Amino acid sequence: MRKVLIIGATSAIAQETAKIYAQQQAAFFLVARNQEKLAAIADDLKVRGATQVDYHAMDINELDQHSTVIEQAAACLTGLNTVLIAHGTLDDQKVCEQNFAKTELALKTNFLSVVSLLTDLANRFEKQRYGCIAVISSVAGDRGRQSNYIYGTAKGALNLFLQGLRNRLHRHNICVLTIKPGFVDSPMTASFKKGLLWAKPEIIAKGIVKAIDKRKNEVYLPWFWWGIMFIISNIPEFIFKRMKL
Amino acid sequence: MAQQYESWGRFPKVFQHIHPLQWRSDSLPLTDQKILAQGLGRSYGDVCLNDKQTILATRGLNRFIHFDAHTGKLYCESGVSLAEILDLCVPQGWFLPVTPGTKFVTIGGAIANDVHGKNHHRAGTFGRYVLQFELLQSSGERLICSSEKHVELFKATIGGLGLTGLITWAKIQLKRIHHRAIHTESIQFENIEAFFELAEQSDENYEYTMSWVDCNYTKQIGRGIFFRGNHITEYEIPEKWKISSKKLTIPMDLPGFILNPWSVKLFNFLYYHQQKQKSVSKLADYDPFFYPLDAILQWNCMYGKRGFLQYQCVVPYEDHRMITEILNQIAKSGLSSFLAVLKNFGEVPSPGILSFPRKGVTLALDFPIKGAQTFALLDSLDDKVRECGGAVYPCKDARLSPINFQAYYPQWQAFSQFIDPQFSSSFWRRVTGET
Ligand SMILES: Cc1cc2nc3c(=O)[nH]c(=O)nc-3n(C[C@H](O)[C@H](O)[C@H](O)COP(=O)(O)OP(=O)(O)OC[C@H]3O[C@@H](n4cnc5c(N)ncnc54)[C@H](O)[C@@H]3O)c2cc1C
Ligand SMILES: NC(=O)c1ccc[n+]([C@@H]2O[C@H](COP(=O)([O-])OP(=O)(O)OC[C@H]3O[C@@H](n4cnc5c(N)ncnc54)[C@H](OP(=O)(O)O)[C@@H]3O)[C@@H](O)[C@H]2O)c1
Repeated sequence: MRKVLIIGATSAIAQETAKIYAQQQAAFFLVARNQEKLAAIADDLKVRGATQVDYHAMDINELDQHSTVIEQAAACLTGLNTVLIAHGTLDDQKVCEQNFAKTELALKTNFLSVVSLLTDLANRFEKQRYGCIAVISSVAGDRGRQSNYIYGTAKGALNLFLQGLRNRLHRHNICVLTIKPGFVDSPMTASFKKGLLWAKPEIIAKGIVKAIDKRKNEVYLPWFWWGIMFIISNIPEFIFKRMKL
Repeated sequence: MAQQYESWGRFPKVFQHIHPLQWRSDSLPLTDQKILAQGLGRSYGDVCLNDKQTILATRGLNRFIHFDAHTGKLYCESGVSLAEILDLCVPQGWFLPVTPGTKFVTIGGAIANDVHGKNHHRAGTFGRYVLQFELLQSSGERLICSSEKHVELFKATIGGLGLTGLITWAKIQLKRIHHRAIHTESIQFENIEAFFELAEQSDENYEYTMSWVDCNYTKQIGRGIFFRGNHITEYEIPEKWKISSKKLTIPMDLPGFILNPWSVKLFNFLYYHQQKQKSVSKLADYDPFFYPLDAILQWNCMYGKRGFLQYQCVVPYEDHRMITEILNQIAKSGLSSFLAVLKNFGEVPSPGILSFPRKGVTLALDFPIKGAQTFALLDSLDDKVRECGGAVYPCKDARLSPINFQAYYPQWQAFSQFIDPQFSSSFWRRVTGET
């Protein structure tokens, strides 16, 4: 049976992913900030077929709580075999440029908190020698761009960290998956104008489940972002620095 | 930032601001504009549009809350679609008590239009199976409405076109089935008299009835195919059952000339003659039986950018001549498209104050918009419907005049007292003459 720990369980992408696992009768431990929202998700997953759903409300930036919560999750589900880390914030780049405290918070939420969680989880998984750790990063981490390089920095650093972790845990039979979605129509991007390149969270969720099943290392979702990011990453810097992306 | 939107009929096009709701605990947006909930936008006209105002997009409210597989009581958020309910409940032996011809509608939309299905002659409307719901009003109050509490508001909200507030969640009663298969029969008929005869024979023993009529064959007005069916009994359960999930999408707007009087005639001719015997009976999956059009995603693009109008009216049962007259007029105009549906409504009363279904014969069909002549034809049909004491369905409408609307729904003023002061729609402003 799949025993899933989801961090940032109220995220639109995470909710859709959980729905798919619920149909496969998975057991869940959900972590997010809001108790009421967690309860709503837990009810939904139970109706859809989940065998068990427990949850805990906390701000993920309370780093000192991480090991207690992970311990609680493992105890509730009598072990863990799948982790999905989905929380994140898309902070206003312009504000961050003027205010280091905001930048620091963005880096903490999107990068440091994940490192803290994975420090504990990696050691646990390394010992048990089975399972999959899936983390939602972003195409924004592939190249720094003037319009959102603070968020991009956090996601880029996360990509490097996950690469290293994958390299470390591979010999222990643990799969580490870096998920790189493109534009997703979710609350995070509610104020953006949507166009052709935008995908629904359901589509991203299907891709995540498939990539976990196939024990992939890295996945662009939808797939065509691989091509887009290949081109963007290969534009020579002397040209790129003049572009307004 | 207002953007251009349209509903299923692609007419009218409006500019509105969208406020997505994600949680049933969310409060309504603070705005000076009028607000209106929208589900999956499967209404054809403007009941789900709010020009220059704000739309509350409810698809984010798509969580189940509780399902009791022993009693068939389902409790879910208002943005859950009928398709999602079927996926969950059919494998557990439960079915929708009433379903429209598409499963891509939300519970909120099904309540607000008090939708009907192929079993109206027996089961009545969707609203009859709504046990309770929560209504969030602009005052911030959340009222739990049922046939026992806030009864008047309960009745006003069923068929209330979204004007009484936002339904955040609802509890509905599903119906037991033994299997997903439907025992179906399709029978050719040659004219309206034959249709009425078949309807009379079938209404008693068949849960589902509905007919397709050819509105283009001027030589023989009212020929068509009568479909009837029942859920199979526990003794008829087949050993093997294959579920096909093939879907086709109309990827772009088809140019107007593809749908012309000849192609429509040809389609109708082929459709009528598709079955070689006069009557065919077989087992069919519920999906193609109830939702044949859902297999073609975005079929509304078939009519091109200009869009189309759907016309659905009900006329009293006693007046066979009226339906023949209407069909004659449509056939002569050569303006209709191929999807014409005829069905008998029964007497089962609906709880809704403003609900459309009433005892009689209902006709529904599409008209690709070809300028003023299309509108003129429908205006004159409106008058005929009014003369004989019938009504036109708001959820399919984009053009009805205030005079005719108010004649079909004389209770509209009594209903108005239940409208939330901050809620309004393009439809409502049009048919009441408000600005
Ligand atoms: C192919 C096809 C076949 C159809 N067949 C039938 C049929 O057989 N019988 C029939 O009756 N109808 C039929 N319809 C119409 C359809 O069932 C109705 O328009 C239905 O109400 C659409 O639901 P929706 O979720 O798309 O709602 P929308 O079209 O988005 O909204 C419909 C109304 O519901 C209100 N509303 C939506 N959500 C809420 C909420 N949460 N709280 C308060 N108000 C809300 C809106 O304000 C609006 O007034 C058909 C439509 C199509 C496209
Ligand atoms: N949407 C996109 O276009 C896009 C593209 C690429 C990558 N991503 C990534 O995909 C992931 C999921 O995002 P989404 O699109 O599903 O958006 P979302 O619905 O807004 O999800 C973001 C989630 O992060 C949670 N969160 C933020 N800060 C938190 C904190 N301090 N503690 C606990 N939880 C916190 C939020 O919880 P609250 O509900 O409590 O605020 C929210 O549930 C994120 O990592 C995001 O960076 C998104």
